[in-house]
Amino acid sequence: MSAFLTVKNLSAALHGFDQRVLRSVSFSIDTGEVLGLVGESGAGKSMIGKAILGILPSAISIIEGEILIDGQDLQKMKPADRRRFIGATAALIPQDPLTALNPSRRIEPQITSRLVDILGWSKADARVRAMELLNEVHIDNPERVMGSYPHELSGGMRQRVLIASAFAANPKLVIADEPTTALDVTVQKQILRLIRELQERHSTAMVFVTHDLGVVSKVCQRLSVLYGGKIVENSSVPDFFKGPKHAYSRALLAATPKYTDPDASLLPVDESVIEAVAAEVLAADKEWRHGR
Amino acid sequence: MKLLRAILLRLATMSVTLIGAAVVVFFVIRVVPGNPIAMMLPPGASEEDIARLTAHYGLDKTILEQFWIWLTGVFHGDFGTSISLRQPVMPLVLGRLPATLELAIFALVIAVVIGGAMALTGVRHRETRTETAIDVANGVGLSIPDFLWALILIVLFGVLMPVFHISGRISPSLDLPFVTQFYVFESIVRLRFDLWWDLLKHMFMPALALAIPLAAIISQLLKQSLKETMHLDYVTLSRTKGYSENHVILSEALPNAVLPTLTLIGVQFTFLIGGTVIIERLFSYEGLGNMAIDAVINRDLPLIQGIVIVFALLFTIINLVVDMTYALLNPRLRHA
Ligand SMILES: Nc1ncnc2c1ncn2[C@@H]1O[C@H](COP(=O)(O)OP(=O)(O)OP(=O)(O)O)[C@@H](O)[C@H]1O
Ligand SMILES: [Mg+2]
Repeated sequence: MSAFLTVKNLSAALHGFDQRVLRSVSFSIDTGEVLGLVGESGAGKSMIGKAILGILPSAISIIEGEILIDGQDLQKMKPADRRRFIGATAALIPQDPLTALNPSRRIEPQITSRLVDILGWSKADARVRAMELLNEVHIDNPERVMGSYPHELSGGMRQRVLIASAFAANPKLVIADEPTTALDVTVQKQILRLIRELQERHSTAMVFVTHDLGVVSKVCQRLSVLYGGKIVENSSVPDFFKGPKHAYSRALLAATPKYTDPDASLLPVDESVIEAVAAEVLAADKEWRHGR
Repeated sequence: MKLLRAILLRLATMSVTLIGAAVVVFFVIRVVPGNPIAMMLPPGASEEDIARLTAHYGLDKTILEQFWIWLTGVFHGDFGTSISLRQPVMPLVLGRLPATLELAIFALVIAVVIGGAMALTGVRHRETRTETAIDVANGVGLSIPDFLWALILIVLFGVLMPVFHISGRISPSLDLPFVTQFYVFESIVRLRFDLWWDLLKHMFMPALALAIPLAAIISQLLKQSLKETMHLDYVTLSRTKGYSENHVILSEALPNAVLPTLTLIGVQFTFLIGGTVIIERLFSYEGLGNMAIDAVINRDLPLIQGIVIVFALLFTIINLVVDMTYALLNPRLRHA
């Protein structure tokens, strides 16, 4: 069976600079599968998600490679078609629920707008669906929440709303970019469970960006380790925790005191390992430039 | 009940502002040199005549006495009698106010349309030559004051390419059916589009001169605030839903970006009304500003006071409207 999302040799770079932000990234995800993307801050985890969803910052663009969703090559689509295709098949669960909702609009249209404007649902149907979704994310009084403004809701509530909004159109692919980092610890666990629950129920393919190997062990089937915009290791989760292939991954894992502890996050990695992986990225860069 | 308190507080501040303006103007115009009686009598009038008229208008009394007389009059709705025009002040002032209001509102509409369109175009094509061109235009619009724009427009469209009228409010040869002074409004209600068009041709240049600097301010601020908003997470999130750039700008970014601009428009609109004084003079437009200049030249103290009170009232009302609109558009204040 061919993968639902395939990223092949994807490179992205800042305009006017030779420096790549993503360096020949390749991975694939099957329907119903969750891929963890781990790596230190600035490694390019969010950049991969943005490239897939077509929301790269204006200064950065894709310079080579392919992104295939459901067999469709995004690069070959007209921009307007690509936009609508992504809107209908994929969704983003953002990192910071405090800034990801429009402060001047009520919750209801923020959940239903994609259904009504992009997928052509009637307002009434979309409303019913929104109620259903808010129930699914365990919000007790959906009626009230739909009429509220974002500032009237807590961070955890807002993230639930954003998750509901992400799953509104039954997306086949969800990109979750550190969806619990901005929440406090007790809420983090609930939200994590919720995402997992919805992902399983809808058999969604998911990219799960995180700093946290403990979370990876709970949520993901496979993971990719990123350093400097380059994937240094692609593994299944059980294989990875048995013994990572790459020295950098090993160091990452060793630096996590107890990877089963979901509160633990990545600790600084040994200098020599960093130097080695940085040298590897540079060597790969040299080769890549040579090959062009 | 918070709302009621806010309104009461607002009314209190408004009254203080008005009383303050009245007091300041009353005393200032009596301290500056110049004698209204001397202005209205022919040269060589006798000392006796001057004294008689001075007494007639109560100008021989002390300033405090005069103020008391004026104030009690005001509370009975009597703002005194114009010395130069020999008519009650309030009907005179209210007769001219509509002309100025129509001019100022027309200018505001032009400024919002031009400034808004420029800001939106600038954001739509941000970081391109189009945006640079808009920045340059904003700079030019801002660095030339309204009365110079007036002169430039007069030369361009009044003299070189005479498409608009450069003087007056409406062509004197026309028969006017109007019962109010709101000519533009009434011409629309009466479906007299011939008159409406004539009024517009008179109003266009003074309104544009007033509008250009404000349009530049609106364009600059709104574009800046839109650009900042475009980077926010909720805007990015809406892009992933499949919306076009235009939709993202208009429905997601604009409603939030417009709030700071709105406050600024309120303040700038009061400046614009201040600008009508000179602009009306330049275009011989028969509004309140033009009357104000005559009143000052003639040292017509009661008339100046009346005009200032009306302007001050206008400014406080504008501020009130802006605050209310702001609260209405901003959900965080709506419930506070
Ligand atoms: N708008 C931008 N312009 C230029 N470079 C950028 C921009 N945004 C991000 N970058 C660069 O791209 C690289 C990858 O950033 P990215 O946001 O993907 O990191 P990340 O792995 O998600 O990190 P974090 O864990 O902190 O979220 C970083 O080196 C960053 O400096
Ligand atoms: Mg990130």
